[in-house]
Amino acid sequence: MSSFIAGVHAEFTKLLTTRMWWLLAIILFVYIALIAGGLGALFGGVGSDALGGGRPGAPALGALAPLIYSFATSVGYVFPVLLGALSTTGEFRHQTLTPTFLANPRRGQVLGAKSLSTVLVGAFYGVVALAASVGVGAIVLSAFGHDAMLGEGSTWALIARAVLAMALWALIGVGLGTLVPNQVATIVIVLAFTQFVEPLLRLATSFSEPTAAVGKFLPGSASDALVGASFFTISTPGAGVLEWWQGGLVLLAYAAAFTVGGYFVSWRRDVT
Amino acid sequence: MPTGVPIEFAGVTKRFGQVAAVTDLSFTVEPGRVTGFLGPNGAGKTTTLRILLGLVRPTSGTATIGGVPYAQLPSPLTTVGAALEAASFHPGRSARNHLLVYAHAARIDASRVAAVLKKVGLTDYADRRVGGYSLGMRQRLGLAFTLLGDPGVLVLDEPINGLDPEGIKWIRGFLRELADEGRTVLVSSHLLSEVQQSVDEVVIIAKGELVHRGTLSSLDTSAVTVLVDAPDRASLASALVAARLAFTNVSDGYLVSGAESSEVGHVAFVAGVELSTLQRQRSGLEESFLALVGAGDSL
Repeated sequence: MSSFIAGVHAEFTKLLTTRMWWLLAIILFVYIALIAGGLGALFGGVGSDALGGGRPGAPALGALAPLIYSFATSVGYVFPVLLGALSTTGEFRHQTLTPTFLANPRRGQVLGAKSLSTVLVGAFYGVVALAASVGVGAIVLSAFGHDAMLGEGSTWALIARAVLAMALWALIGVGLGTLVPNQVATIVIVLAFTQFVEPLLRLATSFSEPTAAVGKFLPGSASDALVGASFFTISTPGAGVLEWWQGGLVLLAYAAAFTVGGYFVSWRRDVT
Repeated sequence: MPTGVPIEFAGVTKRFGQVAAVTDLSFTVEPGRVTGFLGPNGAGKTTTLRILLGLVRPTSGTATIGGVPYAQLPSPLTTVGAALEAASFHPGRSARNHLLVYAHAARIDASRVAAVLKKVGLTDYADRRVGGYSLGMRQRLGLAFTLLGDPGVLVLDEPINGLDPEGIKWIRGFLRELADEGRTVLVSSHLLSEVQQSVDEVVIIAKGELVHRGTLSSLDTSAVTVLVDAPDRASLASALVAARLAFTNVSDGYLVSGAESSEVGHVAFVAGVELSTLQRQRSGLEESFLALVGAGDSL
């Protein structure tokens, strides 16, 4: 057990001694702040007009605040995935698996330590992303006369679930990186899947009941279910939605499947 | 002071698909000596060392350190220090942090990091990112990693590659010091000349098989040769012929084989030939080495 804690300490040191973690965190913050601020202003403005004119349509959006805040995960989840994936593929790319396995030949333990330390940094990314979406979003919403809902327990529950979602996405990244140890290939897969393939799949599966029943198990859908709100969920009303805890378990299952698969595909192999 | 334990290979075979990288390799490396692990590039040296370190699983056979396989060592880095040929560093991490990561992983006191950096002479560069290091500096950082746990056994793969003459001199003294402290030191190289000044024992492999094992002097199996020259070469040649000594013409005299220098000197003296050169040649090591490994395969 104490060698596991030592492993977590070492993996933490690895993550925090290159520039990647804070570069990704800064880009994440700026990106989410721009989106939450920009779309907050857009929807806030539209919503105000709708309310002022008494036209229908505005209620369909529901409360604006959770929607704006959830951009932290619905847009930002690719960052913890990249962090996790880079932390494992980097070991292959820079051949640091050699000193890593020399220091601790119990490879399963090393992978566990890496997963745990990356989860914690993933949760930190959740805090960064929510600081951006809630911080900037609340200001913009208040400016347009909307309720920022910061006094409500449901908002803080959403924030907590969003942090959990970001942590789970980091775990998925670690698993993906062991499953596809080629760093360039992994980055291409992450970007293509999250930015293009999955949104299309979610849209396509939302058109009929049987496909929607499958589509809700896509990782992005599961993540939105866990968080409890998302622009995507609202814009595709036909899509099925899991309970929040089910969404969390589905994400965890993806992470576990990737990591266990990756352990056999690459991690336990000969290091040459 | 940590004491060395023997390294033992017993019937180690490794096949990558159809290709046999190492075949039925058995030998022991004793503490208190520097053992050179020699062979041309591609002979299977690195694979053998990676099997020893638990990084590559052998197809059959066992490799142990003090009787224990690497993966079962209770505290690997304080038992064995290893530097492998590949530069295993994240280019964006400083040398100090690189060592700190593995000190944490192996539960070694963080104060060892500064100590080993000082020992290999990297203190002034410790906070620079490794990406900007020269090959020689990377070799030194690799050595610093091996010393982190102050281990009794050291395994170094081609540690002299990329070092400048000063660095080569430094590492020779360094290896000697480690062995004199009673540690087990195994050093691989594809060039005998690179390590012959620092090793006591040699293990030579070619095409994945053991071809020679013994002390460095056991390798010197070729006949002694003597370089001899005289102002009057014709008289010298006839004196050598008269004494029935075999010799060949070389640019700076005659190379006599099968006789000691005293005998050649005597022949010349008896014949009244004045000598300008009389020199015993010791070039046999490299030649025996090349003969063992098959000179044509040496890269």
